[in-house]
Amino acid sequence: MTAATMELVCPAGTPAALEAAVDAGADTVYLGFRDATNARNFPGLNFSRDDLRRGLAYAHARGRKVYLAINTFPHVADDGPWRSAVDDAAALGVDAVILADIGLLAYAAAHHPALRRHLSVQASAAHPLALEYYVREFGISRAVLPRVLTVSQVKAITAEARVETEVFVYGGLCPMAEGRCALSSYATGRSPNTFGVCSPASHVQYLTIDDTLVARLGDFTINRFAAGESPGYPTLCKGRFEAGGRQTYLFEDPVSLDARPLIPEFAAAGVRALKIEGRQRGRAYVAQVVGALRSAVDAAASGRPASSQALTALSEGGQGTSGAYRKGWR
Amino acid sequence: MKPVLTLGPHLYHWPADEWRDFYFRIADEAPVESVCIGEIICPKRAPFTLPHHEAVIARLRAAGKEVVLSTPALIVDDRDVALLQGALAMEGFLVEANDVAALALLSGQPHAVGPYVNTYNRATAVRLAAGGAVRVTVPVELPAESVSLLAGLPAPDIEVQVFGRWPLAVSARCYHSRAYGRSKDACLYACGEDPDGLPVDTLDGEHFLAVNGVQTLSSSYGCLLRELGRLRQSGVRRFRLSPQRTDMVELAKLYRGVLDDRLPAEEAWMSVERLVGPIPLSNGFFHGREGVRLV
Repeated sequence: MTAATMELVCPAGTPAALEAAVDAGADTVYLGFRDATNARNFPGLNFSRDDLRRGLAYAHARGRKVYLAINTFPHVADDGPWRSAVDDAAALGVDAVILADIGLLAYAAAHHPALRRHLSVQASAAHPLALEYYVREFGISRAVLPRVLTVSQVKAITAEARVETEVFVYGGLCPMAEGRCALSSYATGRSPNTFGVCSPASHVQYLTIDDTLVARLGDFTINRFAAGESPGYPTLCKGRFEAGGRQTYLFEDPVSLDARPLIPEFAAAGVRALKIEGRQRGRAYVAQVVGALRSAVDAAASGRPASSQALTALSEGGQGTSGAYRKGWR
Repeated sequence: MKPVLTLGPHLYHWPADEWRDFYFRIADEAPVESVCIGEIICPKRAPFTLPHHEAVIARLRAAGKEVVLSTPALIVDDRDVALLQGALAMEGFLVEANDVAALALLSGQPHAVGPYVNTYNRATAVRLAAGGAVRVTVPVELPAESVSLLAGLPAPDIEVQVFGRWPLAVSARCYHSRAYGRSKDACLYACGEDPDGLPVDTLDGEHFLAVNGVQTLSSSYGCLLRELGRLRQSGVRRFRLSPQRTDMVELAKLYRGVLDDRLPAEEAWMSVERLVGPIPLSNGFFHGREGVRLV
């Protein structure tokens, strides 16, 4: 694999973001339907069937691809919406579905064998053995690797696995094994795995007490910001807590992933695709980030050093990090 | 069919002799039918308890208990795989998968699936059963309705955690060493300092979570004692107690008493409250609410 052939997979929460991503140089846009079948089930976001049909036409006319994320875990009482999402993806001609649930993978493999199946990061397959299971049982073509691996683990998995690998290079950073976290559910009663939202806005409250802004999720204080401190959204694992007598960002600092400098290493490792997180982001953000990542991939392809174009203003908490890829993160 | 009480794997890093004595006492005194052993949180801890496995297994089996070998909750590197392979190499045991990676090796032979694998619906449970899963412990956040529908399947047998901190998340990052300002590679076994987990409080000083190495659990102890009747009615016949630093033998007796209809659930509940002291109990997940709640 060279950087020239690496695929840049970009998020879209709206038709406008899809067009912006394609125009800014996305090879592929990934998106979800407007319901609990995907892990960014936010109000006002995502695609109807008609939106998807038009989005596919826009992307395909320009030689780009569209993937559909159906990456939550179907309700036991009614898995209809998940199955119909897979059926409609096949009927509309999406280029791949991104799935996490074993039962749904089995359904897709049995009913739509010709539809490419990618393993979602929500399956948190972190070892070649896990990928082997999904390849053998469900014939997946690609796996999106968890954001908890080091670069050397990404290399080892890519070398050993019988499938393409895709890694995150930019956007939100999840410190837990994805798809296996009930923290938000514990505090709010809404499961990210089944409802598709982590730390939902409906359960967030900001209170001003004296000069302090208190950010709460459900009944719990997730962070406090003194006057002058820039406040952040109370995503549970990015909160400040007290443990062992110290008040710290115990799980993860309020930072975003920016792994642009690692793109040549990913290319050399044989990683097939690079992914940008952020289907919840607006069109302007998508355009700028996709453009910057396009430049970074093109620079790597021609052996030039990565651009130092600052994207930090767009990042959560204003800071970029190479996250778990960096040695010592653990 | 008689309800089965299972003791889930011991999750914390205790001195090895305390770990051994804990299981000896379970073998001798606890009215549980099935006991899971195995280090599922951190492979660095395993060398301490492994030398005691043989004696613990022998004692448990001599007491007529089934021994299940639990395997890592997150399989990332070869040390995790080595623990898995160690369990597979032992003949005559049911092995419990807690990461899909384990299924790559276990499929095709009878095995158990633990609560760390996402079994949210019937299609998944049926698929796991087809691959040899004879029992599945469901994820802790599943509400009653889901548990009941899964329990209605002819296979696999459904097991439900009914006591102990809810395991909420697992990571490649060790929060225990991070909290102690150490790196994961030079952790000096920070997790050994907190035999029931490291309390994680909000900035208001409210107890919220507990950290156990790479694992994050609820601060509250989950307790579905009052729900045992409903669970049994829905067809669940396996009930899991997750070890905490409380009198697990006494606790098992209380659950056993309720399951055998010898002890009213309310009476047992009050005894559990006395046993666990100041630690709050929760059952919200089962009732479709915030997991932290007591409904």
